[in-house]
Amino acid sequence: MTKSFVEKHAPALLVIAILLLWELICRGFKVDPFVLPMPSAIWDSLLEFKKPIFDHALQTFWTTMVGFAVAVLVGIILGCLLGSSALVYRACYPLLVGFNSIPKAAFVPILVVWFGIGTTPAIVTAFLISFFPIVVNVATGLATLEPELEDVLRALGASRVEILRKVGLPRSMPFFFASLKVAITLAFVGTVVSEISASNAGIGYLMMSASSSLKTPLMFAGVIVISIMAMAMYEVFAWIEMRMTGWAHRGQQATA
Amino acid sequence: MSNKFIEFDRVWLKYNPTADFAIEEVTVDIREHEFVAIVGPSGCGKSTFMKLCTGLRPPSKGTIIVDGRQVAGPLKITGMAFQAPNLLPWRTTLDNVLLPLEIVEPYKSQYREKREQFEDRAMKLIRTVGLAGWENKFPWELSGGMQQRASICRALVHEPKLLMLDEPFGALDAFTREELWCVLRDLHAENPFTVVLVTHDLREATFLADTVYVMSKRPGRIVARREIDLPRPRDIEVTYSEAFSKIVHELREHIGAIRKS
Repeated sequence: MTKSFVEKHAPALLVIAILLLWELICRGFKVDPFVLPMPSAIWDSLLEFKKPIFDHALQTFWTTMVGFAVAVLVGIILGCLLGSSALVYRACYPLLVGFNSIPKAAFVPILVVWFGIGTTPAIVTAFLISFFPIVVNVATGLATLEPELEDVLRALGASRVEILRKVGLPRSMPFFFASLKVAITLAFVGTVVSEISASNAGIGYLMMSASSSLKTPLMFAGVIVISIMAMAMYEVFAWIEMRMTGWAHRGQQATA
Repeated sequence: MSNKFIEFDRVWLKYNPTADFAIEEVTVDIREHEFVAIVGPSGCGKSTFMKLCTGLRPPSKGTIIVDGRQVAGPLKITGMAFQAPNLLPWRTTLDNVLLPLEIVEPYKSQYREKREQFEDRAMKLIRTVGLAGWENKFPWELSGGMQQRASICRALVHEPKLLMLDEPFGALDAFTREELWCVLRDLHAENPFTVVLVTHDLREATFLADTVYVMSKRPGRIVARREIDLPRPRDIEVTYSEAFSKIVHELREHIGAIRKS
């Protein structure tokens, strides 16, 4: 009975244990709250600034979602192009890999020149950082289509578009949804990075201003709020993934 | 019926300009509704033969005429089944079987209004191959033999004039295989179509086919043609008869001769 309780709530128990340890260390060693505030102090500051925190979180949230939505759209279109033509795949892939290896934070100053300070560069950064995994996964899902299956369909006279619609896309759905989980967390990174250096709204901006006014607990509150948002969205997409592509997780002999 | 349905006239094929020929100088005539088996050592170009037949690949040299027309591009009168059942894991058995009707004309354009009628037709096939009660299950809930039955249904649901089978029973256990031989035999007897069966099982070829072609190892050539004159309908018992063994033995000798050369 007790064992199953521990097993069931192990993640929550671990978090509580870490918070307690953190609190004890800070109190025991009298750590300067300016360097590392206690969890209770972070909580207080969360409550104290809940209105501005909420407003900035909302700003960050919808900025991220817009950037992410564009990334999904572009990701699907590019992924389809790459996945259905070996030539396009060969031509574009090195370019994409090269582009992906650029730290997206390096784009922010350029984006500021183009779009000015504010929401637009944050949306674009969120998009730039999160579309790559979607492209690669959709393309991989399409490109790994069994040749026999393609032959079956081609022998029926199916056009390329039909093969894509009937087999390619449904088959790459598990890849696609798996990539959404990765992409949504990356999109939050993009938004915050941009907000930190080029915005006057959002959690990133809130943390910058807290930093310049030496409010360390508020900075930690910001970190916690952003991580809760990212985790929640991750869970949402994990849930959608299970709902949409349960067939891919049930049996491995499906294609045996 | 003796009119030619498939004619291969000195067909050669290489997959790319630098490679050797995969098949050489293949000349074959197949009658309408004939059941043809192609046997040979592995890598002899049996599957290449199938790709040529269905128009998935154009020949490098020679001509192929199917159903009175020279083949150029994929034919729309074929059904295919392979060693792997290749069912779509997100579709139920019934929906998998219905797939060709969503793609092939004239069914495609009637699909919405005649869906029920098509389902009845698919169900009839599903019952024939012994899958009744499994139509709403997903492929992963089916055994290998059942998946292969569904795959054969899918190959036949649009009533193709030509059925291409590439070692469809290769991955099954001996008993299931013999059972499916009988299923295929009955389907062919009931509603005749032309069959090209690629296999390396000589007993399978002898039991099912009207004519067996033996191919040499790469580059593939037809080295022997054997008409199987065993009377139809053939019962599985026939595979234990002397006449049957003699034919299998004869085919085996052709293969043996290829392997030594």
